[in-house]
Amino acid sequence: MSTLEQVNTAESFRMETKDLSVCYNKSSFGVRDISMPVYNNQVTALIGPSGCGKTTYLRALNRMHDLSPETAVTGQALLDGEDIYAAKVDPVVVRRKIGMVFQKPTPFPTKSIYDNVAAGLALVGIRKKSILDEAVEKALQGAALWDEVKDRLKSPGGSLSGGQQQRLSIARALAIEPEVLLMDEPTSSLDPNSTIKIEELIKELKNKVSIVIVTHNMQQALRVSDYTGFFFVGSLIEFAKTDALFNKPSQDKTKEYLSGFFS
Amino acid sequence: MELSARYARDKVVQVFIVLLTLLVIVPLAIIIIYVVVNGIGSINGDFFTQELGSPSRAIQGKPTGLVHSIIGTIIIDLVALLMAVPFGLATGILMSEYPDHPMSGFARLMSKTLNGMPAVLMGLLAYALVVKNTGGFSALAGAVALAFVMIPIISATTESVLRITPWSLREVGLAIGLPRWRVTMSLVVPAAKNGIITGILIAFARAAGEAAPLMLTSFGNNFLTFDLMSPMDTLPQRLYSLAISPYKVWHGMGWAGAIILLLFVMITFFIGRLVVNRMERQATQIENIGKNQNSKEIGQ
Repeated sequence: MSTLEQVNTAESFRMETKDLSVCYNKSSFGVRDISMPVYNNQVTALIGPSGCGKTTYLRALNRMHDLSPETAVTGQALLDGEDIYAAKVDPVVVRRKIGMVFQKPTPFPTKSIYDNVAAGLALVGIRKKSILDEAVEKALQGAALWDEVKDRLKSPGGSLSGGQQQRLSIARALAIEPEVLLMDEPTSSLDPNSTIKIEELIKELKNKVSIVIVTHNMQQALRVSDYTGFFFVGSLIEFAKTDALFNKPSQDKTKEYLSGFFS
Repeated sequence: MELSARYARDKVVQVFIVLLTLLVIVPLAIIIIYVVVNGIGSINGDFFTQELGSPSRAIQGKPTGLVHSIIGTIIIDLVALLMAVPFGLATGILMSEYPDHPMSGFARLMSKTLNGMPAVLMGLLAYALVVKNTGGFSALAGAVALAFVMIPIISATTESVLRITPWSLREVGLAIGLPRWRVTMSLVVPAAKNGIITGILIAFARAAGEAAPLMLTSFGNNFLTFDLMSPMDTLPQRLYSLAISPYKVWHGMGWAGAIILLLFVMITFFIGRLVVNRMERQATQIENIGKNQNSKEIGQ
Protein backbone atom coordinates (compact mmCIF):
# COMPACT_ATOMS: atom_id res chain seq x y z
CA MET A 1 0.00 0.00 0.00
CA SER A 2 1.25 3.44 -0.87
CA THR A 3 0.57 4.80 2.57
CA LEU A 4 3.20 2.55 4.10
CA GLU A 5 6.01 3.82 1.96
CA GLN A 6 5.61 7.38 3.10
CA VAL A 7 6.48 6.36 6.63
CA ASN A 8 10.00 6.47 7.93
CA THR A 9 10.79 2.81 8.46
CA ALA A 10 13.95 3.28 10.47
CA GLU A 11 12.16 2.11 13.65
CA SER A 12 11.44 -1.56 13.96
CA PHE A 13 8.04 -3.16 13.66
CA ARG A 14 6.53 -4.85 16.69
CA MET A 15 3.41 -5.88 14.82
CA GLU A 16 2.33 -5.67 11.24
CA THR A 17 -0.87 -6.58 9.46
CA LYS A 18 -0.95 -7.64 5.83
CA ASP A 19 -4.27 -7.37 3.98
CA LEU A 20 -6.14 -8.04 7.19
CA SER A 21 -9.91 -8.22 6.71
CA VAL A 22 -12.61 -8.89 9.25
CA CYS A 23 -15.90 -10.02 7.92
CA TYR A 24 -19.17 -10.46 9.82
CA ASN A 25 -21.72 -13.06 8.63
CA LYS A 26 -19.70 -14.02 5.55
CA SER A 27 -20.86 -11.04 3.48
CA SER A 28 -20.57 -7.75 5.37
CA PHE A 29 -17.04 -6.48 5.91
CA GLY A 30 -16.01 -4.87 9.16
CA VAL A 31 -12.64 -3.86 7.81
CA ARG A 32 -11.04 -4.69 4.47
CA ASP A 33 -7.42 -5.26 3.48
CA ILE A 34 -5.70 -3.32 6.24
CA SER A 35 -1.93 -3.24 5.99
CA MET A 36 -0.14 -1.19 8.58
CA PRO A 37 2.68 -1.49 11.12
CA VAL A 38 2.79 -1.10 14.87
CA TYR A 39 6.18 0.36 15.71
CA ASN A 40 8.16 -0.80 18.68
CA ASN A 41 7.82 1.45 21.73
CA GLN A 42 5.65 3.92 19.89
CA VAL A 43 2.04 4.94 20.26
CA THR A 44 -0.11 4.29 17.22
CA ALA A 45 -3.51 5.99 17.15
CA LEU A 46 -6.45 4.85 15.07
CA ILE A 47 -8.90 7.63 14.26
CA GLY A 48 -12.01 7.92 12.12
CA PRO A 49 -15.76 8.39 12.35
CA SER A 50 -17.99 6.00 14.33
CA GLY A 51 -18.58 2.63 12.72
CA CYS A 52 -15.56 2.85 10.42
CA GLY A 53 -13.89 -0.28 11.78
CA LYS A 54 -11.27 1.04 14.21
CA THR A 55 -12.38 -1.19 17.07
CA THR A 56 -13.02 -4.13 14.74
CA TYR A 57 -9.43 -3.86 13.54
CA LEU A 58 -8.06 -3.44 17.07
CA ARG A 59 -9.90 -6.54 18.28
CA ALA A 60 -8.42 -8.53 15.41
CA LEU A 61 -4.94 -7.77 16.79
CA ASN A 62 -5.36 -10.04 19.82
CA ARG A 63 -7.84 -12.50 18.37
CA MET A 64 -10.83 -11.23 20.31
CA HIS A 65 -13.02 -12.07 17.30
CA ASP A 66 -12.41 -15.75 18.04
CA LEU A 67 -15.34 -15.49 20.48
CA SER A 68 -17.89 -14.93 17.75
CA PRO A 69 -17.91 -17.91 15.40
CA GLU A 70 -19.70 -16.03 12.62
CA THR A 71 -16.83 -13.54 12.35
CA ALA A 72 -14.02 -14.44 9.95
CA VAL A 73 -10.56 -12.87 9.92
CA THR A 74 -8.42 -13.21 6.80
CA GLY A 75 -4.96 -11.92 5.94
CA GLN A 76 -2.05 -11.84 8.34
CA ALA A 77 -1.33 -10.20 11.66
CA LEU A 78 2.32 -10.58 12.50
CA LEU A 79 3.77 -10.24 15.98
CA ASP A 80 7.57 -10.17 15.85
CA GLY A 81 7.29 -11.64 12.37
CA GLU A 82 5.02 -14.58 13.33
CA ASP A 83 1.40 -14.73 12.21
CA ILE A 84 -0.86 -14.82 15.27
CA TYR A 85 -3.55 -16.46 13.14
CA ALA A 86 -1.31 -19.38 12.10
CA ALA A 87 -2.89 -22.77 12.81
CA LYS A 88 -0.44 -23.82 15.52
CA VAL A 89 -0.78 -20.59 17.51
CA ASP A 90 -2.76 -20.69 20.76
CA PRO A 91 -4.90 -17.54 21.13
CA VAL A 92 -4.33 -17.66 24.90
CA VAL A 93 -0.59 -17.26 24.33
CA VAL A 94 -1.22 -14.43 21.86
CA ARG A 95 -3.34 -12.56 24.40
CA ARG A 96 -0.65 -12.84 27.06
CA LYS A 97 1.69 -10.97 24.70
CA ILE A 98 -0.91 -8.53 23.39
CA GLY A 99 -2.97 -7.06 26.22
CA MET A 100 -6.14 -5.02 25.94
CA VAL A 101 -7.82 -2.21 27.82
CA PHE A 102 -11.48 -1.61 27.12
CA GLN A 103 -13.67 1.42 26.68
CA LYS A 104 -15.34 1.14 30.07
CA PRO A 105 -13.30 0.47 33.19
CA THR A 106 -13.85 -3.20 33.91
CA PRO A 107 -12.43 -4.17 37.29
CA PHE A 108 -13.67 -7.45 38.74
CA PRO A 109 -15.95 -5.62 41.15
CA THR A 110 -15.86 -8.00 44.10
CA LYS A 111 -12.18 -8.90 43.84
CA SER A 112 -9.77 -6.76 45.83
CA ILE A 113 -7.46 -4.28 44.13
CA TYR A 114 -4.61 -6.70 44.71
CA ASP A 115 -6.50 -9.69 43.30
CA ASN A 116 -7.62 -7.66 40.29
CA VAL A 117 -4.04 -6.93 39.31
CA ALA A 118 -2.79 -10.39 40.21
CA ALA A 119 -5.65 -12.17 38.37
CA GLY A 120 -3.70 -12.72 35.14
CA LEU A 121 -0.95 -14.47 37.10
CA ALA A 122 -2.78 -16.09 40.02
CA LEU A 123 -5.48 -17.67 37.86
CA VAL A 124 -2.95 -19.48 35.71
CA GLY A 125 -1.41 -21.08 38.77
CA ILE A 126 1.27 -18.70 40.05
CA ARG A 127 0.84 -19.00 43.80
CA LYS A 128 4.10 -17.71 45.26
CA LYS A 129 3.25 -14.62 47.26
CA SER A 130 6.59 -12.90 46.75
CA ILE A 131 6.25 -13.14 42.96
CA LEU A 132 2.66 -11.87 43.04
CA ASP A 133 3.48 -9.04 45.46
CA GLU A 134 6.28 -7.84 43.25
CA ALA A 135 4.23 -8.08 40.06
CA VAL A 136 1.28 -6.24 41.62
CA GLU A 137 3.44 -3.38 42.89
CA LYS A 138 5.27 -3.09 39.59
CA ALA A 139 2.06 -3.08 37.56
CA LEU A 140 0.33 -0.57 39.82
CA GLN A 141 3.36 1.69 39.67
CA GLY A 142 3.41 1.27 35.90
CA ALA A 143 -0.21 2.38 35.81
CA ALA A 144 0.48 5.37 38.12
CA LEU A 145 -1.92 4.03 40.72
CA TRP A 146 0.39 2.62 43.37
CA ASP A 147 0.60 5.73 45.59
CA GLU A 148 -3.19 6.07 45.66
CA VAL A 149 -3.99 2.47 46.58
CA LYS A 150 -0.92 1.02 48.33
CA ASP A 151 -2.59 1.34 51.74
CA ARG A 152 -5.82 -0.36 50.72
CA LEU A 153 -4.86 -3.17 48.40
CA LYS A 154 -7.45 -5.38 50.10
CA SER A 155 -10.45 -3.15 49.37
CA PRO A 156 -12.61 -4.13 46.41
CA GLY A 157 -11.75 -2.95 42.90
CA GLY A 158 -15.26 -1.58 42.57
CA SER A 159 -14.57 0.91 45.38
CA LEU A 160 -12.26 3.02 43.21
CA SER A 161 -13.35 6.04 41.16
CA GLY A 162 -13.91 5.66 37.41
CA GLY A 163 -10.50 7.05 36.49
CA GLN A 164 -8.78 4.89 39.09
CA GLN A 165 -10.71 1.85 37.86
CA GLN A 166 -9.44 2.45 34.35
CA ARG A 167 -5.86 2.70 35.63
CA LEU A 168 -6.53 -0.49 37.59
CA SER A 169 -7.60 -2.12 34.33
CA ILE A 170 -4.35 -0.93 32.77
CA ALA A 171 -2.36 -2.28 35.73
CA ARG A 172 -4.13 -5.63 35.35
CA ALA A 173 -3.17 -5.72 31.67
CA LEU A 174 0.44 -4.72 32.50
CA ALA A 175 0.85 -7.36 35.21
CA ILE A 176 1.36 -10.11 32.64
CA GLU A 177 4.02 -7.96 30.93
CA PRO A 178 2.61 -7.82 27.41
CA GLU A 179 4.66 -6.62 24.45
CA VAL A 180 1.77 -4.72 22.94
CA LEU A 181 -1.09 -2.93 24.69
CA LEU A 182 -4.30 -2.34 22.75
CA MET A 183 -6.52 0.44 24.10
CA ASP A 184 -10.07 0.83 22.86
CA GLU A 185 -11.14 4.42 23.59
CA PRO A 186 -9.76 4.14 27.12
CA THR A 187 -10.84 7.62 28.21
CA SER A 188 -14.24 7.97 26.57
CA SER A 189 -16.11 7.29 29.81
CA LEU A 190 -13.85 9.41 32.02
CA ASP A 191 -13.86 13.03 33.21
CA PRO A 192 -11.19 15.48 31.90
CA ASN A 193 -8.86 15.13 34.89
CA SER A 194 -8.81 11.35 34.69
CA THR A 195 -8.35 11.62 30.92
CA ILE A 196 -5.24 13.76 31.34
CA LYS A 197 -3.80 11.26 33.83
CA ILE A 198 -4.35 8.37 31.42
CA GLU A 199 -2.82 10.32 28.55
CA GLU A 200 0.29 11.10 30.59
CA LEU A 201 0.45 7.45 31.54
CA ILE A 202 0.30 6.38 27.89
CA LYS A 203 3.31 8.55 27.08
CA GLU A 204 5.29 6.92 29.88
CA LEU A 205 4.15 3.40 29.11
CA LYS A 206 5.47 3.43 25.56
CA ASN A 207 8.96 2.99 26.96
CA LYS A 208 7.88 -0.49 28.02
CA VAL A 209 5.21 -1.55 25.55
CA SER A 210 4.06 -0.71 22.06
CA ILE A 211 0.64 0.88 22.21
CA VAL A 212 -2.25 0.96 19.77
CA ILE A 213 -5.04 3.30 20.83
CA VAL A 214 -8.44 3.78 19.24
CA THR A 215 -9.82 7.24 19.88
CA HIS A 216 -12.75 9.37 18.82
CA ASN A 217 -10.88 12.41 19.92
CA MET A 218 -8.52 13.85 17.31
CA GLN A 219 -6.83 16.10 19.86
CA GLN A 220 -6.09 13.05 21.94
CA ALA A 221 -4.48 11.31 18.98
CA LEU A 222 -2.40 14.41 18.38
CA ARG A 223 -1.38 14.64 22.05
CA VAL A 224 -0.37 11.03 22.70
CA SER A 225 0.52 9.28 19.45
CA ASP A 226 3.60 9.02 17.29
CA TYR A 227 1.80 7.46 14.33
CA THR A 228 -1.80 7.73 13.23
CA GLY A 229 -3.98 5.66 10.96
CA PHE A 230 -7.17 7.18 9.56
CA PHE A 231 -9.99 4.70 8.99
CA PHE A 232 -13.03 5.36 6.86
CA VAL A 233 -15.83 2.90 6.01
CA GLY A 234 -13.73 -0.15 6.82
CA SER A 235 -10.61 0.92 5.00
CA LEU A 236 -7.33 2.44 6.09
CA ILE A 237 -7.24 5.69 4.13
CA GLU A 238 -3.93 7.01 5.37
CA PHE A 239 -1.17 6.01 7.77
CA ALA A 240 1.63 8.41 8.69
CA LYS A 241 3.57 10.01 11.48
CA THR A 242 1.02 11.84 13.57
CA ASP A 243 2.23 15.39 12.93
CA ALA A 244 2.55 14.70 9.23
CA LEU A 245 -0.97 13.24 9.03
CA PHE A 246 -2.49 16.14 10.91
CA ASN A 247 -0.51 18.93 9.21
CA LYS A 248 -0.07 17.62 5.69
CA PRO A 249 -2.60 14.85 5.01
CA SER A 250 -2.01 13.30 1.62
CA GLN A 251 -5.57 12.05 1.06
CA ASP A 252 -8.61 14.25 0.41
CA LYS A 253 -10.77 12.15 2.75
CA THR A 254 -8.32 12.69 5.61
CA LYS A 255 -8.28 16.43 4.93
CA GLU A 256 -12.07 16.55 4.99
CA TYR A 257 -12.29 14.56 8.21
CA LEU A 258 -9.66 16.63 9.99
CA SER A 259 -11.32 19.88 8.99
CA GLY A 260 -14.63 18.64 10.33
CA PHE A 261 -16.63 18.06 7.12
CA PHE A 262 -17.94 14.88 8.69
CA SER A 263 -17.50 13.14 11.96
CA MET B 1 -60.87 13.68 29.51
CA GLU B 2 -61.80 15.24 32.85
CA LEU B 3 -59.21 14.85 35.57
CA SER B 4 -61.76 13.27 37.89
CA ALA B 5 -62.64 10.72 35.21
CA ARG B 6 -58.96 9.80 34.87
CA TYR B 7 -58.69 9.36 38.62
CA ALA B 8 -61.80 7.19 38.54
CA ARG B 9 -60.42 5.05 35.75
CA ASP B 10 -57.12 4.68 37.58
CA LYS B 11 -59.03 3.50 40.65
CA VAL B 12 -61.03 0.96 38.64
CA VAL B 13 -57.88 -0.57 37.18
CA GLN B 14 -56.25 -0.64 40.60
CA VAL B 15 -59.23 -2.41 42.20
CA PHE B 16 -59.26 -4.92 39.36
CA ILE B 17 -55.56 -5.72 39.88
CA VAL B 18 -56.04 -6.09 43.66
CA LEU B 19 -59.01 -8.42 43.14
CA LEU B 20 -57.06 -10.65 40.77
CA THR B 21 -54.15 -10.77 43.22
CA LEU B 22 -56.52 -11.77 46.02
CA LEU B 23 -57.85 -14.52 43.81
CA VAL B 24 -54.34 -15.98 43.87
CA ILE B 25 -53.52 -15.34 47.52
CA VAL B 26 -56.82 -16.44 49.10
CA PRO B 27 -56.73 -20.11 47.96
CA LEU B 28 -53.11 -20.34 49.06
CA ALA B 29 -54.02 -18.97 52.49
CA ILE B 30 -56.98 -21.34 52.70
CA ILE B 31 -54.78 -24.31 51.93
CA ILE B 32 -52.23 -23.34 54.58
CA ILE B 33 -54.87 -22.63 57.21
CA TYR B 34 -56.77 -25.84 56.41
CA VAL B 35 -53.63 -27.94 56.66
CA VAL B 36 -52.60 -26.34 59.95
CA VAL B 37 -56.07 -26.64 61.49
CA ASN B 38 -56.34 -30.32 60.61
CA GLY B 39 -52.78 -31.26 61.45
CA ILE B 40 -51.82 -29.25 64.50
CA GLY B 41 -53.68 -31.61 66.86
CA SER B 42 -51.51 -34.55 65.79
CA ILE B 43 -48.21 -32.79 66.41
CA ASN B 44 -46.70 -33.84 69.71
CA GLY B 45 -43.49 -35.23 71.10
CA ASP B 46 -44.14 -38.73 69.74
CA PHE B 47 -44.66 -37.34 66.26
CA PHE B 48 -41.03 -36.25 66.10
CA THR B 49 -39.49 -39.20 67.98
CA GLN B 50 -41.45 -42.34 67.07
CA GLU B 51 -41.61 -44.47 63.95
CA LEU B 52 -44.96 -45.17 62.36
CA GLY B 53 -44.83 -48.95 62.89
CA SER B 54 -47.82 -51.15 62.20
CA PRO B 55 -51.43 -49.88 62.15
CA SER B 56 -52.03 -51.60 65.49
CA ARG B 57 -50.01 -48.87 67.23
CA ALA B 58 -52.41 -46.22 65.98
CA ILE B 59 -55.49 -48.34 66.72
CA GLN B 60 -54.37 -49.23 70.26
CA GLY B 61 -53.22 -45.67 71.00
CA LYS B 62 -49.55 -46.64 71.35
CA PRO B 63 -46.88 -44.00 70.60
CA THR B 64 -46.44 -43.49 66.86
CA GLY B 65 -44.87 -40.78 64.73
CA LEU B 66 -43.21 -39.80 61.49
CA VAL B 67 -39.57 -39.37 62.54
CA HIS B 68 -38.56 -41.95 59.93
CA SER B 69 -40.32 -39.97 57.15
CA ILE B 70 -38.75 -36.67 58.16
CA ILE B 71 -35.24 -38.14 58.34
CA GLY B 72 -35.82 -40.13 55.15
CA THR B 73 -36.92 -36.99 53.29
CA ILE B 74 -33.81 -35.13 54.38
CA ILE B 75 -31.50 -38.03 53.43
CA ILE B 76 -33.06 -38.72 50.01
CA ASP B 77 -33.34 -35.03 49.08
CA LEU B 78 -29.74 -34.31 50.07
CA VAL B 79 -28.38 -37.32 48.20
CA ALA B 80 -30.45 -36.25 45.18
CA LEU B 81 -29.07 -32.72 45.46
CA LEU B 82 -25.49 -34.00 45.62
CA MET B 83 -26.07 -35.98 42.44
CA ALA B 84 -28.01 -33.26 40.60
CA VAL B 85 -25.81 -30.20 41.24
CA PRO B 86 -22.73 -31.23 39.24
CA PHE B 87 -24.78 -32.43 36.26
CA GLY B 88 -27.15 -29.46 36.37
CA LEU B 89 -24.31 -26.93 36.64
CA ALA B 90 -22.29 -28.57 33.89
CA THR B 91 -25.25 -28.65 31.51
CA GLY B 92 -26.13 -25.02 32.30
CA ILE B 93 -22.54 -23.94 31.69
CA LEU B 94 -22.40 -25.86 28.43
CA MET B 95 -25.61 -24.25 27.17
CA SER B 96 -24.58 -20.70 28.13
CA GLU B 97 -20.81 -20.59 27.61
CA TYR B 98 -20.38 -22.97 24.68
CA PRO B 99 -23.44 -22.24 22.52
CA ASP B 100 -21.62 -23.40 19.37
CA HIS B 101 -20.71 -26.79 20.86
CA PRO B 102 -22.54 -29.58 18.99
CA MET B 103 -24.03 -30.87 22.27
CA SER B 104 -25.33 -27.50 23.37
CA GLY B 105 -28.54 -27.32 21.34
CA PHE B 106 -29.37 -30.93 22.13
CA ALA B 107 -28.79 -30.32 25.83
CA ARG B 108 -31.16 -27.35 25.77
CA LEU B 109 -33.87 -29.36 24.03
CA MET B 110 -33.47 -32.21 26.51
CA SER B 111 -33.43 -29.87 29.48
CA LYS B 112 -36.65 -28.17 28.37
CA THR B 113 -38.34 -31.48 27.67
CA LEU B 114 -37.34 -32.95 31.02
CA ASN B 115 -38.52 -29.80 32.76
CA GLY B 116 -42.01 -30.19 31.36
CA MET B 117 -42.19 -33.95 31.86
CA PRO B 118 -44.48 -35.39 34.58
CA ALA B 119 -42.34 -36.34 37.55
CA VAL B 120 -43.80 -39.87 37.67
CA LEU B 121 -41.82 -40.59 34.49
CA MET B 122 -38.61 -39.76 36.35
CA GLY B 123 -39.70 -42.41 38.82
CA LEU B 124 -40.16 -44.92 36.01
CA LEU B 125 -36.74 -44.04 34.63
CA ALA B 126 -35.10 -44.54 38.02
CA TYR B 127 -37.07 -47.76 38.42
CA ALA B 128 -35.66 -49.09 35.15
CA LEU B 129 -32.14 -47.84 35.83
CA VAL B 130 -31.67 -48.52 39.53
CA VAL B 131 -34.45 -50.67 41.02
CA LYS B 132 -34.27 -53.24 38.22
CA ASN B 133 -30.50 -53.43 38.33
CA THR B 134 -30.00 -53.47 42.10
CA GLY B 135 -32.74 -55.93 42.82
CA GLY B 136 -35.16 -53.85 44.83
CA PHE B 137 -36.62 -50.58 45.98
CA SER B 138 -34.08 -48.32 47.66
CA ALA B 139 -33.44 -44.83 48.94
CA LEU B 140 -30.75 -44.55 46.29
CA ALA B 141 -33.31 -45.16 43.53
CA GLY B 142 -35.52 -42.46 45.05
CA ALA B 143 -32.62 -40.04 45.12
CA VAL B 144 -31.84 -40.77 41.47
CA ALA B 145 -35.47 -40.09 40.53
CA LEU B 146 -35.46 -36.79 42.41
CA ALA B 147 -32.11 -35.88 40.88
CA PHE B 148 -33.76 -36.22 37.46
CA VAL B 149 -36.41 -33.77 38.67
CA MET B 150 -33.75 -31.32 39.87
CA ILE B 151 -31.27 -31.41 36.98
CA PRO B 152 -33.33 -29.61 34.31
CA ILE B 153 -34.37 -26.89 36.79
CA ILE B 154 -30.76 -26.30 37.88
CA SER B 155 -29.45 -26.30 34.32
CA ALA B 156 -32.15 -23.93 33.06
CA THR B 157 -31.62 -21.38 35.84
CA THR B 158 -27.85 -21.69 35.60
CA GLU B 159 -27.99 -21.04 31.87
CA SER B 160 -30.19 -17.98 32.25
CA VAL B 161 -28.17 -16.36 35.05
CA LEU B 162 -24.89 -17.00 33.24
CA ARG B 163 -26.33 -15.39 30.13
CA ILE B 164 -27.12 -12.17 31.96
CA THR B 165 -23.61 -11.75 33.39
CA PRO B 166 -21.93 -8.98 31.38
CA TRP B 167 -20.14 -10.11 28.25
CA SER B 168 -17.29 -7.73 29.11
CA LEU B 169 -16.34 -9.96 32.05
CA ARG B 170 -15.44 -12.77 29.64
CA GLU B 171 -13.55 -10.42 27.31
CA VAL B 172 -11.52 -8.99 30.17
CA GLY B 173 -10.63 -12.47 31.35
CA LEU B 174 -9.55 -13.56 27.90
CA ALA B 175 -7.65 -10.31 27.34
CA ILE B 176 -5.40 -11.01 30.33
CA GLY B 177 -4.52 -14.33 28.73
CA LEU B 178 -6.73 -16.71 30.67
CA PRO B 179 -7.92 -19.89 28.96
CA ARG B 180 -11.64 -20.04 28.33
CA TRP B 181 -12.41 -22.68 30.98
CA ARG B 182 -10.59 -20.56 33.55
CA VAL B 183 -12.64 -17.50 32.60
CA THR B 184 -15.82 -19.53 33.00
CA MET B 185 -14.96 -21.15 36.33
CA SER B 186 -13.10 -18.31 38.06
CA LEU B 187 -14.88 -15.22 36.73
CA VAL B 188 -18.28 -15.93 35.15
CA VAL B 189 -19.66 -18.60 37.50
CA PRO B 190 -18.67 -16.73 40.70
CA ALA B 191 -20.30 -13.57 39.31
CA ALA B 192 -23.54 -15.49 38.84
CA LYS B 193 -23.46 -17.44 42.11
CA ASN B 194 -26.52 -15.75 43.66
CA GLY B 195 -28.75 -16.79 40.80
CA ILE B 196 -27.22 -20.25 40.65
CA ILE B 197 -27.85 -20.83 44.37
CA THR B 198 -31.44 -19.64 44.00
CA GLY B 199 -31.93 -22.07 41.14
CA ILE B 200 -30.54 -24.95 43.17
CA LEU B 201 -32.90 -24.13 46.05
CA ILE B 202 -35.91 -23.91 43.75
CA ALA B 203 -34.98 -27.30 42.35
CA PHE B 204 -34.54 -28.70 45.87
CA ALA B 205 -37.90 -27.37 47.08
CA ARG B 206 -39.68 -28.58 43.98
CA ALA B 207 -38.24 -32.09 44.30
CA ALA B 208 -38.94 -32.17 48.04
CA GLY B 209 -42.65 -31.96 47.32
CA GLU B 210 -42.74 -34.76 44.75
CA ALA B 211 -44.49 -37.98 45.76
CA ALA B 212 -45.00 -39.70 42.41
CA PRO B 213 -41.34 -40.42 41.52
CA LEU B 214 -40.78 -41.98 44.95
CA MET B 215 -43.62 -44.54 44.85
CA LEU B 216 -41.73 -46.72 42.39
CA THR B 217 -38.27 -46.13 43.78
CA SER B 218 -37.77 -45.47 47.51
CA PHE B 219 -41.20 -47.07 48.01
CA GLY B 220 -41.71 -46.22 51.66
CA ASN B 221 -40.94 -47.89 54.97
CA ASN B 222 -42.82 -47.87 58.27
CA PHE B 223 -39.57 -47.89 60.19
CA LEU B 224 -36.50 -45.72 60.44
CA THR B 225 -33.51 -46.72 58.31
CA PHE B 226 -30.27 -45.08 57.28
CA ASP B 227 -29.45 -47.72 54.66
CA LEU B 228 -29.42 -46.19 51.18
CA MET B 229 -29.93 -49.61 49.62
CA SER B 230 -33.16 -50.36 51.49
CA PRO B 231 -36.63 -48.85 51.05
CA MET B 232 -36.90 -45.52 52.87
CA ASP B 233 -39.83 -43.33 53.86
CA THR B 234 -40.40 -39.79 52.66
CA LEU B 235 -43.02 -37.24 53.66
CA PRO B 236 -44.79 -36.70 50.30
CA GLN B 237 -45.20 -40.41 49.65
CA ARG B 238 -46.17 -41.06 53.31
CA LEU B 239 -48.83 -38.34 53.10
CA TYR B 240 -50.40 -40.21 50.25
CA SER B 241 -50.42 -43.57 51.99
CA LEU B 242 -51.70 -42.10 55.28
CA ALA B 243 -54.47 -40.28 53.43
CA ILE B 244 -55.77 -43.43 51.75
CA SER B 245 -55.50 -45.51 54.95
CA PRO B 246 -58.66 -46.40 56.89
CA TYR B 247 -57.39 -45.16 60.29
CA LYS B 248 -58.50 -41.83 61.71
CA VAL B 249 -55.28 -41.33 63.71
CA TRP B 250 -53.26 -41.77 60.52
CA HIS B 251 -55.35 -39.14 58.73
CA GLY B 252 -54.45 -36.63 61.45
CA MET B 253 -50.79 -37.61 61.20
CA GLY B 254 -51.01 -37.07 57.44
CA TRP B 255 -52.16 -33.50 57.96
CA ALA B 256 -49.37 -32.99 60.48
CA GLY B 257 -46.88 -34.38 57.96
CA ALA B 258 -48.17 -31.82 55.47
CA ILE B 259 -47.38 -29.03 57.95
CA ILE B 260 -43.83 -30.34 58.30
CA LEU B 261 -43.41 -30.60 54.52
CA LEU B 262 -44.69 -27.05 54.13
CA LEU B 263 -42.23 -25.82 56.77
CA PHE B 264 -39.43 -27.80 55.15
CA VAL B 265 -39.98 -26.05 51.81
CA MET B 266 -40.48 -22.64 53.42
CA ILE B 267 -37.32 -22.95 55.51
CA THR B 268 -35.38 -23.95 52.38
CA PHE B 269 -36.53 -20.79 50.61
CA PHE B 270 -35.94 -18.70 53.73
CA ILE B 271 -32.34 -19.88 54.07
CA GLY B 272 -31.87 -19.29 50.35
CA ARG B 273 -33.17 -15.74 50.56
CA LEU B 274 -30.94 -15.11 53.56
CA VAL B 275 -27.83 -16.29 51.74
CA VAL B 276 -28.65 -14.38 48.56
CA ASN B 277 -29.62 -11.20 50.45
CA ARG B 278 -26.35 -11.22 52.32
CA MET B 279 -24.40 -11.55 49.08
CA GLU B 280 -26.44 -8.80 47.45
CA ARG B 281 -25.89 -6.52 50.41
CA GLN B 282 -22.15 -7.05 50.10
CA ALA B 283 -22.32 -6.29 46.39
CA THR B 284 -24.32 -3.07 46.85
CA GLN B 285 -22.00 -1.96 49.63
CA ILE B 286 -19.15 -2.23 47.19
CA GLU B 287 -21.06 -0.27 44.56
CA ASN B 288 -21.99 2.42 47.06
CA ILE B 289 -18.39 2.93 48.14
CA GLY B 290 -17.57 3.44 44.48
CA LYS B 291 -20.37 5.99 44.05
CA ASN B 292 -19.37 8.00 47.10
CA GLN B 293 -15.81 8.23 45.93
CA ASN B 294 -16.89 9.26 42.46
CA SER B 295 -18.90 12.15 43.81
CA LYS B 296 -16.02 13.16 46.06
CA GLU B 297 -13.67 13.31 43.15
CA ILE B 298 -16.05 15.45 41.10
CA GLY B 299 -16.42 17.78 44.08
CA GLN B 300 -12.69 18.43 44.28
